[in-house]
Amino acid sequence: MNNKFRVLAVDLGSRKSKIEYFDTRRQWLGGSGLAAGLFEKYARFDKEPLHPDQPVIFAIGPLTGLFPLMSKTIMSFMSPYNGQYAESHGGGRSALALKFAGFDALVITGRAKRLTCLGFGANEIHIQDVHYLKGMDIFKTGKTLRNFKPKNPGHRSILRIGPAGENLVSYACVNVDTYRHFGRMGGGAAMGAKNLKGIIISGDSTHDLNQISVKEYNKTYKEIYTIITQSNAMHKYHNLGTPENLIPLNELKALPWRNLQSTHDPEIESISGEKFAQDQLLRQVACAGCPVGCIHIGLLRERFGDDHEYLYRQVSYDYEPIFGVGSMLGVTSAPGVLTLLEDVEKLGLDAISAGVALAWATEALEKGLVNEEQTLAPLKFGNVGAYQQALDHLALRTNDFYTELGKGALKAAEKFGGEDFACVLGQEMAGYATGENYYVSQALGFRHSHLDTGAYSFDQEETARDVQKSIDYMQNQEYYRILMCSMAGCLFGRKAYPKENILKALNSVGHEFSMEELDETIRAIQAHRWAIKFKTGFKPEEVKIPKRFLEVETWKGKADPDYLFRLKDEYQKVLQDVAAKHSFEKDREKEIEDT
Amino acid sequence: MKILKASNMKRCIGCFSCSLACARNVHKSLTWKRSGIRIHSSGGISTGYEATVCLACDPPPCAPVCPTEALKPRKGGGIIFKEKLCINCGECARACPVGAIYFDPEKNIPVFCIHCGRCVPFCPHDCLEMAGSSKEENNEQ
Repeated sequence: MNNKFRVLAVDLGSRKSKIEYFDTRRQWLGGSGLAAGLFEKYARFDKEPLHPDQPVIFAIGPLTGLFPLMSKTIMSFMSPYNGQYAESHGGGRSALALKFAGFDALVITGRAKRLTCLGFGANEIHIQDVHYLKGMDIFKTGKTLRNFKPKNPGHRSILRIGPAGENLVSYACVNVDTYRHFGRMGGGAAMGAKNLKGIIISGDSTHDLNQISVKEYNKTYKEIYTIITQSNAMHKYHNLGTPENLIPLNELKALPWRNLQSTHDPEIESISGEKFAQDQLLRQVACAGCPVGCIHIGLLRERFGDDHEYLYRQVSYDYEPIFGVGSMLGVTSAPGVLTLLEDVEKLGLDAISAGVALAWATEALEKGLVNEEQTLAPLKFGNVGAYQQALDHLALRTNDFYTELGKGALKAAEKFGGEDFACVLGQEMAGYATGENYYVSQALGFRHSHLDTGAYSFDQEETARDVQKSIDYMQNQEYYRILMCSMAGCLFGRKAYPKENILKALNSVGHEFSMEELDETIRAIQAHRWAIKFKTGFKPEEVKIPKRFLEVETWKGKADPDYLFRLKDEYQKVLQDVAAKHSFEKDREKEIEDT
Repeated sequence: MKILKASNMKRCIGCFSCSLACARNVHKSLTWKRSGIRIHSSGGISTGYEATVCLACDPPPCAPVCPTEALKPRKGGGIIFKEKLCINCGECARACPVGAIYFDPEKNIPVFCIHCGRCVPFCPHDCLEMAGSSKEENNEQ
């Protein structure tokens, strides 16, 4: 295998591209590690997040396409949400398309003069003017871009932004191949700031496997494939999918309802995974290179005439989006949830952030902190029509209120009041009111995501409130997840890819690492990512955990503020220590000069 | 001889495991293209997936157009390819009525399904099967 990274660097300002090579496989590995390495090289740490010079990066890993579930792309950028280095992970066909286009990563800098689409494959690059797509929604944009170059039906990936991204809403997402997303931290706005409406990646080249032992590789592939398809390990992701968790979390009193005013509701049956599967599920689809097929598509019928006149839509659903625009907004019908998800999708918003932000706005209106002249729509928990209007205003930044809300619920609360009930932990919360460990983990997590450490599981496993035990759990989980994300594998594949299997897979395709070397590399990547996050302004001591998280009751009762803040204090010290292990290239050069 | 049939494509989830298995096992390659079975949507993922694969025509229209007899009819349908006889003209690919012969631009040779069945166990949804050819099935009846 070629150990050098081959990177396509496109400058939209000058409309020129370069093929760059980096001989850093052993340091950066791929995925999250590669994204961090490239970010350090291309970022302008002295400039604001949406400055034209800032890079938007898409990186894949050393196992992409070579093994099942190695199907993710790591997007990295300076987040318009908090000004810090951010990663967002997406699937669809993006990872294999980039691999088969012949690149380990794509780096986009500069700002196009007019709205633009970038299309490329192994032998072509097109920077195409698409000014006429301005304001066009995700679906129409996708349909239009399918007729663009490179043409390679079925073997392309099409990334695009909607109105929210063009309007620089801080939690605009990037849609990938209709049903997947680079969802969180505002990647859509990072593209919007570059005037980049879409990216078409054509996977049209072939890699010969004659440099490796095909026999050994095929054997390893088959072993891993068998675990995935024949053990029960991943069955749940295909069957009901992630919405399987709605009923258990509700029963546990850990599902946020109506802006986290409660954690349990008898109405759960109407938006459960079972209900969706029974009444709405049309079919499941998969990311390219993954036999699991976890993407659940719901059928939404809409009557539009007095006679039997119907149109239908196909809307993807998952646990988090159902929490975001369902339980969090008090919407208790599956078609109601799909109606809102369809709008979220069209506009190119992140479903979790948009739902949680509107939940805050609803309570703020209820409490009289804002009025209907500001919210424009009669926001009320359960009122689907009002939320449809509000989503439009959010994406279009109709007035000052929605402009602020588009920066995040806590930002809006700073201006209008109501910080105590803004359900924000670094960014709008994911759907886990499981307790102190999770709250601290998301608040201080690298991506402010439930996937950083999976501490919601620790909350459920562990009854004692033990700071050191919690930190050990989070650090161990983070270590493994960085390893998996540096392969650019899907975190649903954790059971098929214990560390030993990852090493075996790497070795089978000619990446020679020992376990110790791999450990050392992951530790270095962990330090690197945190160092960049701190360098771009992360101040853990300033991250708030609003009062609502301390008020709401879970199955354990109320959160213990003493434990929560002790854990937060200790964990932030740990993260500072991790980050301190990395020295930046310029600092390293200076050190050499000084000696 | 049995042939590969993509009989249940309505079940397809678009994972490409079949294409990748063919590329890996038959062509020693990592690719979507150098594969005897190629999967694509018919205008976006919301429209579902189709498989482009040799239908095992009997007689196959791609064989007689080969000027050097590099392609010969296979018993039970489809073709057998002798690479050393190929002059890389691409006539076979143009003759295939369903576009199932991919002409590899790097190796300059046709890539098509050899009906070996090695993709079948990698389909997680039983979209593919090895079945008797239509002639054999008729005989059985």
